[in-house]
Amino acid sequence: MSFDSATVQKTARLARIAVTDDEASRLEGELSKIFDWAEMLNEVDVEGVEPMTSVMPMDLKKRQDEVTDGGYAEKVTANAPESEDHFFVVPKVVE
Amino acid sequence: MSKLSDLTIAEMRDGLAAKSFSASELATDSISAVEAARDLNAFVTETPEKALEMAKASDARLAKGDAGSLEGIPLGIKDLFCTEGVLTTASSHILDGYIPPYESTVTANLWRDGAVMLGKLNCDEFAMGSSNETSYYGNVINPWRRDGSNTPLVPGGSSGGSSAAVAARLCPGATATDTGGSIRQPAAFTGTVGIKPTYGRCSRWGIAAFASSLDQAGPITRTVRDAAIMLGSMSGHDEKDSTSVDIAVPNFEAALTGDIRGMKIGIPKEYRIDGMSSEIEALWQQGIDWMKAAGAEIVDISLPHTKYALPAYYIVAPAEASSNLARYDGVKYGLREQGKDITDLYEKTRSAGFGAEVKRRVLIGTYVLSAGYYDAYYLKAQKVRTLIKRDFERAFETVDTILTPATPTAAFGIAEKSDDPLAMYLNDIFTVTVNMAGLPAITIPAGLSGEGTPLGLQLIGKAFDEVTLFRVGGVVEDAAGFEAKPDNWWA
Repeated sequence: MSFDSATVQKTARLARIAVTDDEASRLEGELSKIFDWAEMLNEVDVEGVEPMTSVMPMDLKKRQDEVTDGGYAEKVTANAPESEDHFFVVPKVVE
Repeated sequence: MSKLSDLTIAEMRDGLAAKSFSASELATDSISAVEAARDLNAFVTETPEKALEMAKASDARLAKGDAGSLEGIPLGIKDLFCTEGVLTTASSHILDGYIPPYESTVTANLWRDGAVMLGKLNCDEFAMGSSNETSYYGNVINPWRRDGSNTPLVPGGSSGGSSAAVAARLCPGATATDTGGSIRQPAAFTGTVGIKPTYGRCSRWGIAAFASSLDQAGPITRTVRDAAIMLGSMSGHDEKDSTSVDIAVPNFEAALTGDIRGMKIGIPKEYRIDGMSSEIEALWQQGIDWMKAAGAEIVDISLPHTKYALPAYYIVAPAEASSNLARYDGVKYGLREQGKDITDLYEKTRSAGFGAEVKRRVLIGTYVLSAGYYDAYYLKAQKVRTLIKRDFERAFETVDTILTPATPTAAFGIAEKSDDPLAMYLNDIFTVTVNMAGLPAITIPAGLSGEGTPLGLQLIGKAFDEVTLFRVGGVVEDAAGFEAKPDNWWA
C-alpha cells in the first residue's frame, strides 16, 4: 500500500502531531515501505484464530471499589507547565 | 579503571559481608568510574550525592547485620523508570524537567533490598530503537571497538545506556526494559548478560509505558549469577499493576547448579534465516556443542510463524504506543509549546517534543487503529500473535528450553542504519518473538566476532520458568568462558 501526503496529514491530525510538508513527504516514503513489508501478514491463514487479548492467561484482579490513594493535589500538579490553585491551566476551550 | 568497580554483584556482596570494603567505598569508586566515562554518554543524570547518602545508610545496616540482598550494590537505572525526586526523561524532550513525585515499583524493590543509585541511564526515546540513536540526549557509545579501529559503535537499544555502563564497569548491574529485544540485543552487543523475564514477573508500575502488552523490566549484568540476584529483587506481585502475576518468586540464584544432564534443548529451524552470517552460524553450532558436552539432548523443532513476528510486532507495538503516548500533551507535565487554542497547543507540543522515530511509530499506531483499518491490521496482527504463542506451546511440549543466536550481527557503527527504519527493525528478528508470546529469555555473551566485538546466544524458556534459563545460562557462560573486556579507551 502507499501512503500519500493527505493520508499522512490526516493521521498526524488524529495523533495531534503537527507535521511540516517536508516531514510529511519523508514519512510518505517511510510509512509506505513499512506497510508494504507488513503486507507479509496476508500470507498467514488466520481463519478461526482468536485474537490475543492477554499474553498470560489470568483473571484480571478485582478489589473493593473504594478510595485507596490520593489527597495530594499539590504533587499531582507539581510538574504542570502551568497551574493555578491545583488546576491545570490550558488555553480557553469554550468561547 | 579502578578495581572495586570491576567486581561483580556477587563479589561485592561477599566483600561487603567480609568487611573487605564498605558500601561508601564502593559508591565512591563507582562515582569516579562514572565521571571518567562521560565520553560514553551512558548517563542522562548522575546522582553522586544520592549514591553516597544511600551507601552510608547501607553501611549502617551492614554494621547492624541487617543487610538486604543487594545491600550497598551501586546500580544504574534506565531513565524509563520513575525515581522520586530525580529527573526522569525517557530520553525524550517531551518530558523536559519532569521530576516524578513517586517511585516505580521495580526501583522501590531494589532500594528496599539495599541497592544504591548511581544515576539515570540514557536509552532510546521511550525505548523505541535498537541503537540508542533516537535519544534526545544523544548517542551512547559502545565501550567495545572493532580491532584496530576507532569507529564508534552503537551499544544496542533501547537499553543502550544500561548495556554500555555495565560493559564499561561503571556499575555491576543496571535496570533495563524489553519490548521487542531492548534488554537482550544491547546485552549481546556489549558482552553482557540480559534477561527479559516472563510478562507479569516484574511490575510495570512507574515505568514509562511503550507497548503495555509487551513491556517487561529486567536486569543487565556481567554474569548470569548477578542477573539472578538482581532479577530476584526486581520481581514480585504488585497490586498497582493488574498484569503483574501473583506467584512466588523462586530463588533464581539457587538454579545455578551447573547440571543440565538429560535436559532437552530445542533448535528452531526457522531461526536459520536467509543470509545468516557464517560467524553467527558457527556461534550457534558452538552453543549446540556445549549443550551436548554438558549432557543435554538436542531436539530439532519448528516454530513456523517466526517470520511473521516482526511485522506483527510493528503493528501491535506502535498501536499500543500511540495510545500510551497520548498522555504527553503539554498540560500535565513536561514540555509545553504555546498554541492559539488547545488543539494547536497539543499539536505543537507533540511536534516539538517527540523525535522522528517516536512520531513514525505514533503515526503507524494511529493509522492501524483508525476507523476502517482496525480489522485489517491490528486485529490481524493479534491473531498472528496467537499463532506465534501456539508455536511455542507446541515446542515446549517436547523441550525444556530453546537455543538461538541473540542478534543477526555484532554491534554496528553509529549512523550505519539510522537512515533506514526497516533495516533497523530487523535487528530484533531473534528477540521479538519472545515478547509476542510473553515468554522469558536470556542472552549470554558467547564469543567474539571476526572484528573482535561480542556476540551472544539466547535461551528462551517456558512461561515463569526463568529458573531453567539461569540453570542452562550458567552452563553456557561456563563453557564460553567469556573473559574479553573492552579496552579502557574512554578514561
